[in-house]
Amino acid sequence: MSAVIESHNHDDHHHGPAKGLTRWLYTTNHKDIGTLYLWFSFAMFLIGGAMAMVIRAELFQPGMQIVEPEFYNQMLTLHGLIMVFGAVMPAFVGLANWLVPMMVGAPDMALPRMNNLSFWILPFAFFILLSSLFMEGGAPNFGWTFYAPLSTTYAPPSVTFFIFAVHIMGASSIMGSINVIVTIMNMRAPGMTLMKMPLFVWSWLITAYLLIAVMPVLAGAVTMMLMDIHFGTSFFNAAGGGDPVLFQHIFWFFGHPEVYIMILPAFGIASHIIETFSRKQLFGYASMVWAMASIAILSFVVWAHHMFTVGLPLAAELFFMWATMLIAVPTGVKVFNWVTTMFKGSITYETPMLFAIAFVVLFTIGGFSGLMLAITPADFQYHDTYFVVAHFHYVLVPGSIFSIMAAVYYWIPKWTGNMYDERLGKLHFWLSFIVVNVTFFPQHWIGLAGMPRRIPDYALQFADWNMISSVGAFLFGASQILFLFIVVKTVMGGKKATPEVWEGSRGLEWTVESPAPYHTFTTPPKVS
Amino acid sequence: MFKKATTSLNKTLLTGFVTLFSSNMFAAWGDLNMTEGVTAISKEVFDLHMLIFWICVVIGLVVFGIMFYSMFAFTKKKNPSPASFHENTKLELAWTVVPFLILVFMAIPASNTLTKIYDDTEGDINIQVVGYQWKWQYKYLEDDIDFFSNLTTDWDEIYNKTPKGEFYLEEVDEAVVIPVGKKIRFLITANDVIHSWWMPDFAIKQDAIPGFINTAWTIVDEPGIYRGKCTELCGKNHGFMPVVVKVVTQDEYDAWVQDKKDAAFRMAELTEKDWSVAELTERGEGIYLKNCVACHQVNGQGITGIFPNLAGSDVVLNDKARNIEILMEGVQGAAMQSFANQLSEVDMASVITYTRQAWGNAENGDGEIVVPKDIVEYKKPKV
Repeated sequence: MSAVIESHNHDDHHHGPAKGLTRWLYTTNHKDIGTLYLWFSFAMFLIGGAMAMVIRAELFQPGMQIVEPEFYNQMLTLHGLIMVFGAVMPAFVGLANWLVPMMVGAPDMALPRMNNLSFWILPFAFFILLSSLFMEGGAPNFGWTFYAPLSTTYAPPSVTFFIFAVHIMGASSIMGSINVIVTIMNMRAPGMTLMKMPLFVWSWLITAYLLIAVMPVLAGAVTMMLMDIHFGTSFFNAAGGGDPVLFQHIFWFFGHPEVYIMILPAFGIASHIIETFSRKQLFGYASMVWAMASIAILSFVVWAHHMFTVGLPLAAELFFMWATMLIAVPTGVKVFNWVTTMFKGSITYETPMLFAIAFVVLFTIGGFSGLMLAITPADFQYHDTYFVVAHFHYVLVPGSIFSIMAAVYYWIPKWTGNMYDERLGKLHFWLSFIVVNVTFFPQHWIGLAGMPRRIPDYALQFADWNMISSVGAFLFGASQILFLFIVVKTVMGGKKATPEVWEGSRGLEWTVESPAPYHTFTTPPKVS
Repeated sequence: MFKKATTSLNKTLLTGFVTLFSSNMFAAWGDLNMTEGVTAISKEVFDLHMLIFWICVVIGLVVFGIMFYSMFAFTKKKNPSPASFHENTKLELAWTVVPFLILVFMAIPASNTLTKIYDDTEGDINIQVVGYQWKWQYKYLEDDIDFFSNLTTDWDEIYNKTPKGEFYLEEVDEAVVIPVGKKIRFLITANDVIHSWWMPDFAIKQDAIPGFINTAWTIVDEPGIYRGKCTELCGKNHGFMPVVVKVVTQDEYDAWVQDKKDAAFRMAELTEKDWSVAELTERGEGIYLKNCVACHQVNGQGITGIFPNLAGSDVVLNDKARNIEILMEGVQGAAMQSFANQLSEVDMASVITYTRQAWGNAENGDGEIVVPKDIVEYKKPKV
């Protein structure tokens, strides 16, 4: 892709950012909103991470030491909700805000005021959710999957606030997705056909469609809960003729696409970074697009693999097993493409590349355990044990979160105009890479050995590896403070970045200067 | 909530590291895998698990092998001019079709085993398993045996006041007893929230869902005591409701059934007996500690906002009829369940009497006691 760029510097005098707090409150600028999303998600990452530290501290040894079981359940619930809805998703939306308009050669997102709204309702959602910690009866304590009737008849009163918070998060996600779709569909630079779009744009286009499809389903589920709790309905109450399993079908019909929502943008990011640092065009662009589309479509027909033990009929178990195994095919294609891109490349290992490679390897390990979990008879043993915890943390932490960190290192010179400190970046990578494995790899073993998830205390045979896992978790938590330091240091100053930043970078965002001007592509570039 | 956090954390860390480096942790690699179990099905499941595991390992070695080779062989230093290829239809087709075939190869044995697991025709012995917050009830449908199985690990062990025993959190007051070689069918359901009945050695994990009856079956050939757990988050004490199954010979099983029937007969006699306040209170304290402390706490004060205070509660002080009704029927929309099926008339009467006597309630309220006959009376159909 090549582009003709004109300089738009003269615009800055008229349309620069406002001063002070109002810049951030009233902003409709995609770069400002992207920054807000990224900082917000990092704050949530730290809060959710602190809760993980409480969990791992309690599990450091058998016996109850630090918190009560009741509070432990609140921690594991909020940790899950905050990491999913507060850390990973907003981080990807922040990246989309920063990058999608620049990548497609658009001046901004298509719906800038809605963009402002979709960000600014989020802090309220999480304020409401976190405030439940201080309510009588405590915060939600039923797990991030909030299965009824534990989350309805047996829930603490704060569940109503939780429901309201989820509604707000859903509204924010839907608005964000509409914005992404409208921008991509209508504001691409002349000449940029769909099959010429950068893969991050493709990954977000698909993600946005998934979000629009499933967020209303989640809203439906929590609304039914609200009705059961306050208005005397019995959607999920067996005593009133309702069906607790229905809740799980609805939840996972949202929940399974949701897990791909949290990984598809990572696929896009990894593709860009591996391509850049291999100095070689990405292998199999078209098959990458088709693989993502297949994964997205399959994600709608595999939800019941989360429910193999609820007593589904044999035919359903077989169908969901086969459909789930099928997902390994497009996922495999993506991994093979990344490896082949590196093959005969000319590779250097800057921090983003290290994170991207770790992403490919560790995400693949998470994929292997995912394949094992798909095998229904074996799942009867794995289900709801630490094996599952290990599996989804492998795809989410060294998967999604490593990809987000890779993205930050990769694009931060473009955002700030400064290079990050490469030595510190590598230190951050190696620390994170080693301890993330120390934390989560042993969890495969304690899960296979029979330790259920979501328990505050465990039998003695699980003690040793739980302790090691906890030590890993504390170190992982500490390593992320280093990340914060590196980012702040880069924002404050550093070696000036060139427009291209990286030797092998491709794409429109690298044609504008670093830092990217407040307004870019007010005249669309031409893509040949 | 963070009680004595810092000092105890320091101590924990210290003792933690001592155990970490002195224990025989690396002696037990066998314990880090799935159990093979003791039934034909569980062994098949284990083989399936190992098959998939090794397939994943081989694929991983090939893919990561090529990747690591590329990482070392094609650095900028060694290969300054990158190749320019970026697609190859044949290659891409191959790595779509080959994984698909491997998946088919895995799906066939998996589907076979699953079909066997689903063959849940009538068992020789049918046991209904009911999940409660936080205990299991077992009802032997043919023999009319019915009991609850509670964790027996002492709270002092859990709170680190006394040393932890060998079967910490894996021991119960009454295990399910089944004979070897018979087909046992479990009919699994729940009374309040969703639980999940997991017995790793039988490869059975089946959710216990209110309003549904799920089935699972097993034939065990080796006598022994097998330990499992609840695996669905079911509230505060989810971690404290283990499953223990004792597999015995047919003779031992028959003797056990007879014992249980005799015990039921003796219980009926106790109901008729005239009880003193002291006797009821003493018996009731034991029942209370086993069934009620999880929510209402040892001091009867509950947890503000979630579990009501019994010490000085109006109902416990002055409303005997409502007091009985709450225990018999539970409280709609709250965690308080019905204990009508969980406690015998004697135990029900004694636990109510205990709460009406303890914590100064006798002095502050009407001090009326409940005797087993009151409960029998309550259970009679009302006209």
